[in-house]
Amino acid sequence: MITYINFLVQEIYKILFLLVPILVSVALIVWLDRRVWGLVQKRKGPNVVGPFGLLQTLADALKYIFKEIIIPASANKSVFILAPIVTMTLALVAWAVIPMSEELVLADINVGILYLFAVSSLGVYGIIMGGWASNSKYPFLGAIRSAAQMVSYEVSIGIIIINVLLCVGSLNLKDIVIAQKDLWYVIPLFPMFVIFFISALAETNRPPFDLPEAEAELVAGYQTEYSGMMYAMFWLGEYANILLMCAMGTILFLGGWLPIVDIYPINMIPAPIWMILKILFLFFLFALIKAIVPRYRYDQLMRLGWKIFLPFSLIYLVITASFLFFLDKLPEGNF
Amino acid sequence: MLVHSVFFYFFSIIAIFSSLMVITSRNTINSVFFLILDFISVGCLFIMVGAEFLGMIILIVYVGAVAVLFLFVVMMLNVAEQKQSWFIGRKSTHIPTGLIVSVLIFLELLVVVGGWKYKDDLMSSSTLVISNVSNTHQLGLVMYTDYILYFQIAGIILLLSMIGAILLTFRERSGVKKQSYLKQISRNPSSSIELKEVKFKSGVKIDD
Repeated sequence: MITYINFLVQEIYKILFLLVPILVSVALIVWLDRRVWGLVQKRKGPNVVGPFGLLQTLADALKYIFKEIIIPASANKSVFILAPIVTMTLALVAWAVIPMSEELVLADINVGILYLFAVSSLGVYGIIMGGWASNSKYPFLGAIRSAAQMVSYEVSIGIIIINVLLCVGSLNLKDIVIAQKDLWYVIPLFPMFVIFFISALAETNRPPFDLPEAEAELVAGYQTEYSGMMYAMFWLGEYANILLMCAMGTILFLGGWLPIVDIYPINMIPAPIWMILKILFLFFLFALIKAIVPRYRYDQLMRLGWKIFLPFSLIYLVITASFLFFLDKLPEGNF
Repeated sequence: MLVHSVFFYFFSIIAIFSSLMVITSRNTINSVFFLILDFISVGCLFIMVGAEFLGMIILIVYVGAVAVLFLFVVMMLNVAEQKQSWFIGRKSTHIPTGLIVSVLIFLELLVVVGGWKYKDDLMSSSTLVISNVSNTHQLGLVMYTDYILYFQIAGIILLLSMIGAILLTFRERSGVKKQSYLKQISRNPSSSIELKEVKFKSGVKIDD
């Protein structure tokens, strides 16, 4: 019994060691997002609280904690409260399988990439539940939009993942990174990387695909009726999801924790730092796009997902498969 | 082993409880949520017996896609407030039909499970001898070699049903203004702006 408890305490310690940095980095990433947004528009962005305004998110979070949580009288109370919890939990749970280096991973499971895909596809529920339980028109419309959008773009993300898996021959995230030792997949699969990036924008409801919360039409979408800490949880979950998508892109295409070139002074930098740098680079692109691209119309968004991305990634899948097959480059599979 | 069985009972109790709640809960939306919970716990049970691929596929396909559509339909039809009178109503005609169907399904299950012992070896899968191969690899080894025909047939059936569903629900409506993105993109100032001479004290007709 003692060993079990010991084991449990150790695991909880490990989980805390993973979760606390993620929450802190989510706070920093919100600051970075707003800062980049501001600088692109020739504003300063948040620069008052703390050094460079780094503590701005903390101040915002404190504000949210002390605000009152208002639950609409006609809302379905239990689902209403459950929705932000589901969003936040799913966003954090997915981080369990992300490897920061060859040793630094909480759960090294065989089907890591499938797990990531499954958890990100469950993310729809938080939004639908929030939108429906609010019992109000704008949140419901926003939730329906968002669910349709996320389900559509998941399909092309799934096919992009299959593209990468064909080259690797394993579903394990570590294997995926190690297989890129010689050549990052961003080079042979560059079109897939572009489509993955755009689909990730749509999957996380980022601009230019932020139709679920298009202010001009839907107030704030599914979050309209939320206030205080519950709104903050939606918000944290959203940014944790964005960060997760960046990590996924890093692992699938940018060679995870591997250094850019494997020569002396550069490969002395520890692996997790490379990983973080690449995630930050992808997030910087996310933030830039938020600032410079106008919002899509809804039918354009659906057309892009189903009529362009899906056929194109399917064709690319066939090309990848036949290339690997006829040049005899199919992975052996490490079993 | 203890931890393993604790988890097993935990997930199976949740699975049974939620599947009971699916059919007994009064609110249809709650039923769907319990169905999702049921799917998730069944997926966890699959993972516990070592079939991690199946477990993940259940999560992705059933929870991530099918149940979302269920939820859509239930929300759109607005049947959430319907009171169920299945067991209470005296004139309920659902009970005999339901009983017949469930007895039939139960008998079929009995026949299938009972007859499992006596089945012939239809397929001799030669590739499944390696024992230290992960579940996903084993599936891959068998599915695209020994069972390729069945795999393809399943794919074609799915494709046919998809085409059928589209054909059944497709109807051309007249009077709908469609936007052609090609036209929208290829607009330029010379084709969309027209300069007119406006005479003093007499206007101009715009649409002519």
